[in-house]
Amino acid sequence: MSTERTLTDFVRALRSAEVDVSPAEAIDAARAMALVGYEDRARLKEGLRPVLAKSRADEEAYDRLFDLFFSRRAPDTSDTGGALGEDDENGEDQATREAGEAPDLLELSEADDETAIAMAMERAGREANIDNIRFSTQTAYFAQKMMQALGVERLETRLLDKLQEHTPQGDAEAERLIEARRDMLGRAREHVERQFEVFGAGETQRFREEFLAEKRISALDRSDMYRMQVLIEKLAKKLAVKYSRRRRKKNRGQLDIRRTLRRNAGLGGVPMELHWKQKRRDRPKIICICDVSNSVARHVRFLLLFLHGLREVVPDMRAYAFSARLGDVTDWLDTDGFEAAMERIVREFGMGSTDYGQAFSDMKVGHWNEIDRRATLIMLGDGRSNHGDPRTDLFREASARAKRTIWLSPEPEALWGTGDSELLRYKPYCDTLAVISTLKDLERAVDDVLAGYV
Amino acid sequence: MADTVSETGHEAYGPLASIDAITAGLGEVGYISTREISTAVFIAHNLRKPILIEGPAGVGKTDLAQSLARFLRTPLTRLQCYEGLDESKALYEWKYGKQLLYTQILKDRLNEVLGDAETLEALTGRLGDFEDIFFSHEFLEPRPLLKAMQQPGGSVLLIDEIDKSDEEFEAFLLEVLSDYQVTVPEIGTISAQVPPLVILTSNNVRELGDALKRRCLHLHIGFPDAAREREIVRARVPGVADTLLKQLVAFVQSLREADIKKRPSISETVDWARTLVLMHADALDEDLVRNTLNVLLKYESDIAAMDRDLGKLARSAAQPETKGRTRSGYPDLS
Repeated sequence: MSTERTLTDFVRALRSAEVDVSPAEAIDAARAMALVGYEDRARLKEGLRPVLAKSRADEEAYDRLFDLFFSRRAPDTSDTGGALGEDDENGEDQATREAGEAPDLLELSEADDETAIAMAMERAGREANIDNIRFSTQTAYFAQKMMQALGVERLETRLLDKLQEHTPQGDAEAERLIEARRDMLGRAREHVERQFEVFGAGETQRFREEFLAEKRISALDRSDMYRMQVLIEKLAKKLAVKYSRRRRKKNRGQLDIRRTLRRNAGLGGVPMELHWKQKRRDRPKIICICDVSNSVARHVRFLLLFLHGLREVVPDMRAYAFSARLGDVTDWLDTDGFEAAMERIVREFGMGSTDYGQAFSDMKVGHWNEIDRRATLIMLGDGRSNHGDPRTDLFREASARAKRTIWLSPEPEALWGTGDSELLRYKPYCDTLAVISTLKDLERAVDDVLAGYV
Repeated sequence: MADTVSETGHEAYGPLASIDAITAGLGEVGYISTREISTAVFIAHNLRKPILIEGPAGVGKTDLAQSLARFLRTPLTRLQCYEGLDESKALYEWKYGKQLLYTQILKDRLNEVLGDAETLEALTGRLGDFEDIFFSHEFLEPRPLLKAMQQPGGSVLLIDEIDKSDEEFEAFLLEVLSDYQVTVPEIGTISAQVPPLVILTSNNVRELGDALKRRCLHLHIGFPDAAREREIVRARVPGVADTLLKQLVAFVQSLREADIKKRPSISETVDWARTLVLMHADALDEDLVRNTLNVLLKYESDIAAMDRDLGKLARSAAQPETKGRTRSGYPDLS
């Protein structure tokens, strides 16, 4: 049953990389494994893939982990592994007995027998419960534990004895022992690092993402940007899945007489088959008006990136950018690729002093018709208009035309209305006025917008 | 372990005995399989699980089901999904018209049947017997799912574009796919004597539910590498000359790497090959490609975008030497 132990370990590794494998699927995997056999690695890989990986993302993780996981396992080690696995928890004397049986470290190191070394490593790894590794900082600790399991104490006792002999032979022997210890420690570290890749990397990644999602957007480093982008795409995908569901809703109870009569004409008009009136849901439409002046540019970037990632669910998205004058930037996002488009947006609209009044009147002149009862209007900006006329009349009109109006402010509530901030004057015309300081806030806001269409 | 999977069911599925046999058998009916695909079919058959195939349009998802049916010489039942598809269209329906007609005809005889019954109870009893006749197999119109269950010699059931159906329908499928049985309230549960080999396809219009995914094996069929694509075209378009074949496949492969809206699939390659053969072409050149590009690219904007690079692509595809590698960087195995 040793192969089963290997399989459950592999399933655990998959789960740690966010490939959710259910117990039923694990059982299927065991059956599939029996079918294709354990000997041919490539065959096994292809045999288990359809059972364990259920999406494209899963498949990628599966392929990576399969190679990592099975590269370190010589096929014949599993037998000893299984036997050992059962008596992990018996304390010290067990360990010493084990150590007595374990091959001598010096011999092991000098014999250069890769299979034997791999087997010993595997066994020591199990004893050190290395599968529990979660963070790369634990490497040294687990390597040390493995060395203990390998019987490093015996080696060290011998080393001390030899050193105390003060003879040339003793010194030479000691040298060899030290060398063997260094060699084995190196191998143990390598083993732990590989294990970390298999079992811990996913966890670390998740932890890091959690941390990033809750970090203030304004406090992000340049180095976080790339990771942020990946994370946003992931969140957008999650939301897309949530909202990509059916758009038609049955209005049960209201008979569609026309359709019912038509369908039952062949039955002499006897209404055998009833048809109910159906209500179509609106397809989401989002009008995004973004302040791209310096203070807000980064938030805009993430909002647009988010919405861009949702374009499957929100095919109807218009984006407008302004600081002084306002312009339509939707097409840039489609044609230029995201990075280039962002640069161009900031270059062309990011300069100049912010003027919300001007932006709204530009909107009115050029794009007013885009705002209709299907559209959710998202304003992203701090509402700091350099003491110009805020044109709340125009904003009120826009808000009345739209289905919903949502204002996202990067500034905390305490600052609203201070200095040149006109936010409090816009507030009465917003359905929601929310602060977005972290990615989590952003996700919540977008989620809220889409929920309006269900 | 082996004994749990040994009851592999009906002899109709005998040809699915090994992965190599599946590849060979599919090859005979003109489907060029990969080991990945054959393995998935093999596992699916032995675990009695449906296969859910995902991938871009036109890479042979539906074709796999059809080829399997041809290879096994079993009937193929196809259920095309769409928004609003419900049980009555997928599973069974009562033949209302026939029921109505029969009652009309039998009206006159009704008195004879009911005539001598004295009490109301006896009357309803008789009528009750009568009703059972009307809700029997006689008046049951089997739709694809039920039809597939009823095949005595096994069959291939293709549930095409499952992502187009509603969530409710997906949930309803769960019973059918896990137990291979359907319940008709008036008659009872009908279970398949020989479970069909079920293949579902999805173009990812919407994300499928987790429950369905867990019950299925997952197979992703992507664009083929050059060697496999050549084999496929050769199998489908027998008249194509070797040089042309090499060039046209190389061209399509390089086209797939371009930044376009809809990348050409295998079906487009095959269509294009047919077109070129009809035009008696034996090598690619720029004009030929330009004139026939609308077979490969389905969007005006794509055609316009590629127009500039066309000469370069056609020339490099026409060059026989690619130094043992395809343009995508994968080793050329042929």
